[in-house]
Amino acid sequence: MSDTKPNPDKPQLNIPWLLKMAWRDTRRSRGRLALFLSSIVLGIAALVAINSFRDSLQLAIDEKARTLIGADLVMGMNKEPDSLSMAIIDSVGTLGKRSDENRMMSMVYFVNSNETRLVQVRALGGEFPYFGAIETKPKEASRSFREDRRALVDHNLMLQYEAEVGDSIRVGALTFAIEGALHRIPGQTAMTAAVAPVVYIPRQYLPETGLIQRGSRVSYYYYYDLDEAVQPDTLGKKLDPRLEEYGMFYDTVETRKASMGRSYDELARFLALVGFVALLLGCVGVASAVHVYMRDKLATIGILRCLGMSGKQAFLVYLFQVMGMGLLGGIAGAALGSVVQLVLPELFKTFLPVTVDAYFSATAATQGVLLGVIVSVLFALLPLLSIRQVSPLITLRATFEHLTNQKDLLRWAVYGLLLGFIVVFSRWQLGTWWQAFYFTGGVIAAFLVLALLAKGLSWTVKRFFPTHWGYVWRQGLANLYRPNNQTLLLMVSIGLGTALIGTLFMVQRTLLSEVSLSGTKNQPNLVLFDIQNSQRDQVGELTKQEGLPILYFDPIVTVRLEQINNLTLADVRKDTTLEIKPWNFTREYRVTYRDQLSDSEKTEEGTWIKNQYSGSGRVPVSLEQRYAERIKVKVGDSLLYNVQGATMPARVAHIRRVDWNRVQTNFQVVFPEGVLEEAPQFHVLMTRSDNEQQAAQFQRKVVENFPNVSAIGLDLILRTLEEVVGQISFVIQFMALFSIFTGLLVLVGSVNVSKFQRVQESVLLRTLGANKKQILGITLMEYAMLGILAAAVGCVIAFGAAWALAVFSFEMEFVPVLWPLLVIFVVVTLLTVAVGLLNSRGVLNRPPLEVLRREA
Amino acid sequence: MSTILEINNLKKTYNSGDRHLTVLEGINFTLQAGDTCAIVGPSGSGKTTLLGLCAGLDRASSGSVILNGVRLDNLSEDARAQVRNQYVGFIFQNFQLIPTLTALENVMVPLELRGERNVKREAMDLLARVGLADRHDHYPTQLSGGEQQRVSLARAFSNRPTILFADEPTGNLDEETGDKVESLLFELNREAGTTLVLVTHDLELAEKTQRIIRIKGGHVVSDTGAPEATHQPYGSNIS
Ligand SMILES: Nc1ncnc2c1ncn2[C@@H]1O[C@H](COP(=O)(O)OP(=O)(O)O)[C@@H](O)[C@H]1O
Ligand SMILES: [Mg+2]
Repeated sequence: MSDTKPNPDKPQLNIPWLLKMAWRDTRRSRGRLALFLSSIVLGIAALVAINSFRDSLQLAIDEKARTLIGADLVMGMNKEPDSLSMAIIDSVGTLGKRSDENRMMSMVYFVNSNETRLVQVRALGGEFPYFGAIETKPKEASRSFREDRRALVDHNLMLQYEAEVGDSIRVGALTFAIEGALHRIPGQTAMTAAVAPVVYIPRQYLPETGLIQRGSRVSYYYYYDLDEAVQPDTLGKKLDPRLEEYGMFYDTVETRKASMGRSYDELARFLALVGFVALLLGCVGVASAVHVYMRDKLATIGILRCLGMSGKQAFLVYLFQVMGMGLLGGIAGAALGSVVQLVLPELFKTFLPVTVDAYFSATAATQGVLLGVIVSVLFALLPLLSIRQVSPLITLRATFEHLTNQKDLLRWAVYGLLLGFIVVFSRWQLGTWWQAFYFTGGVIAAFLVLALLAKGLSWTVKRFFPTHWGYVWRQGLANLYRPNNQTLLLMVSIGLGTALIGTLFMVQRTLLSEVSLSGTKNQPNLVLFDIQNSQRDQVGELTKQEGLPILYFDPIVTVRLEQINNLTLADVRKDTTLEIKPWNFTREYRVTYRDQLSDSEKTEEGTWIKNQYSGSGRVPVSLEQRYAERIKVKVGDSLLYNVQGATMPARVAHIRRVDWNRVQTNFQVVFPEGVLEEAPQFHVLMTRSDNEQQAAQFQRKVVENFPNVSAIGLDLILRTLEEVVGQISFVIQFMALFSIFTGLLVLVGSVNVSKFQRVQESVLLRTLGANKKQILGITLMEYAMLGILAAAVGCVIAFGAAWALAVFSFEMEFVPVLWPLLVIFVVVTLLTVAVGLLNSRGVLNRPPLEVLRREA
Repeated sequence: MSTILEINNLKKTYNSGDRHLTVLEGINFTLQAGDTCAIVGPSGSGKTTLLGLCAGLDRASSGSVILNGVRLDNLSEDARAQVRNQYVGFIFQNFQLIPTLTALENVMVPLELRGERNVKREAMDLLARVGLADRHDHYPTQLSGGEQQRVSLARAFSNRPTILFADEPTGNLDEETGDKVESLLFELNREAGTTLVLVTHDLELAEKTQRIIRIKGGHVVSDTGAPEATHQPYGSNIS
């Protein structure tokens, strides 16, 4: 006899027993639940890895931001300060300590190895850095070099030119003893160090080097260690208008943090997208798996209802199951993600300004676990809700209308929840509300298109059923619309899966094409610049003598912009709705003049300025297209330039598109011939040497004959860049692979769950005497039809989505490469059919009775 | 003597599109506690439909079903589930055991649903009673049809129901197995004193009950042994 008699009027929920039932009920379906699980594990893992990494990076930036700029406030400018700017520089100096630095590109000469190399020379005076350190070997060198004629040299350069501490290096006209090897400068990344290696010299020797001459490009930096009472950001903001007017810029810890965040934006956004897509795929997987799972559980639910279980109790049993799976999936995903994120800092090392220590991010892991549960429950809710309405009558009669016909308002609540979740989640991952809304809209649109297509397919096949076709064809087609068909489910899950994977693939291609360099063969690998007007012909002569081709030889004039269609700096400052940055007026432009378009340029609008300027009217100029967009001008608009003191009215005559990925001198503004010939200018020459010896010899001769001319070999830089690009590509592909793998799993999962639907039927057909070929044919027909249609529509959706993402989110030129989509289409279709056929194989190779018992 | 089941002017119509199919009409009968009754009729005559209505598995189009003093047609699905759990036992033609539960667990479910604890002993006793104690940890697919039906007998009696509904309990079994299940059913029923409603087209089986209601085309065509005619006509061999 029982210990307790329940109150017959008051149904109890009896949670512990429901939990027990939930556990017992998983017994014969754990394999299938594992499948359901796997689809969220990878999604969560990608998300946790990416978010953990983001946390680690943020932490590193926060911790080390001060050491990144080495001072409270940095001010700088790209020309010699005049008395007005100097007044600001000095007045800020009274608020604390100040260090001055000059930066310029210059050739240095390694005495021992008798070789020259272009470097960034930094002439430093004062105590900088105030926070963090210039890391050198030996350690004390970073301080001690300032006292005498000594230099710090980038450690890679020292290796390359076999220089050692104590050796000599010549900078301009002065020889310095190498005091130490430079390992890390505040704020510098391995990438920038490779492109422009640094040599530090004490500032007091700068005049004697003779590097500062009229026309040489020198930047002036001022580092401040401000008194405690001074707020660097407040000060910076207060000074900003004046700084801008004098062509100066400033940086504080905060602005540096912000700009650092921005420069990793694109990558971060892509990673966020990857994580998001991976999880959405997981959601699709969960929804379809639970949907089919619940269909199989109807009979059991019916019996339980018959025995007196309430709708709520039945709902809870399966809710607990889903929650348990979600929890397991979340934990597994969080664990996997936490492991993966350990390798991410290593992957990103070269282009991060700080060393990021991967640490276990409890927040990201917890988020992962929670997301696992939330996502599972949310996306399982629709099928779960229908449990409440399973009629016990199903025990007496297996009907299709197994659900009581009550309208369930809760369903609408669930639709709302799902929408809300997608919006909030995409806002969280993608960063802005408008992106979140677009993304959600896109997902809903894709869902509706696929659902409509599925309905349309069922309807069409039923309406225009080819009654005279062979039995196998008819049966296969009929499977698309008969009761309990899987058309809608598979169409939506395969289609959405394909669309998400395809989108990712295309965006990845677009990103990769953005970072890739066009082939470096036959492109210039040696650049000479700072060639004076008087040296132009001689340098050209020398180049030819050495047997090198002159690929480009452009004059460069420095100009400033004063007006855009009568708008001045003051106007754009006052009226921010113009959306023209003041920077466009304060910066200097290096422009050229010529009569031909180069082979990396294409006319976008207007006519090319090939004729000599006639001398009357506004000077017709050609603008680079993106630049024209930034300053908001079209063909026909007027501009006013200042060429070294003289104003020059100009007219936008031509807009060019420039392939910036090519190695050559590219310009935002090109003037016609006959205008700038007399202005102060220098020339840049690009050539190509076929071997390093030839290049070295040429460079030496140039330095001997024209000491002011800088020569730089691009091979090294290109190789470094290629390495970096390779690394970025790898990271992008690595992360994308995560999502794509999830997608495939979901796909296999979706098709696989449908197996349980068709098995009974196939067995019956078998029992009725259908042969192997017929059953395979029927299966093939059904899955091929579904696979082809769903994959095709998925690809079309992917194309549209990738275009929208590239244009609106990444603001890049969309690269419409079709082959990845074709590959995806073929793979998805084949996979669908293959999994479908594999499923029926189980039916074919075993006796019908055994199958029936097993699948019951 | 108390009334357990009272059926008044019951009608059931199926609507599919604009076609209305009246499956049952004008059904009236009353069962007293301890009665045994068979509903017989040709296939498609509405027996299963009637049983489903009596047991509160379905809603009638009109008329009322009063089970143990509770009017079922007014109750929500969940309230009817509660009533079933308290008073009703079921036996189905195709057994309807839960495939993920062992024989023992299947028998335990109705008790556990009530929130009772320590129900294992009771369930084991019942399994022993149907001769399947040694198969208690087998799953339904590991049992033959007859064995499954015996498990479902044990389950039907486990919540000590006041009324037991059986829809063609031997319909899926061979004659010999069917006979065995049959006698077990009557034996258990006699011991528990449960009211029994049995749907069958097997007249031999129907003869073993006190009362036979014949339906055809959705109408009661004869009702032999009804208490209105003679009080407890076969009562002597029951009580
Ligand atoms: N859901 C339904 N929709 C339409 N007609 C139904 C439905 N369920 C049963 N029927 C019809 O009701 C009639 C009675 O069925 P049923 O009660 O199963 O008969 P029996 O159990 O006596 O063989 C049959 O003609 C059957 O076709
Ligand atoms: Mg029947």
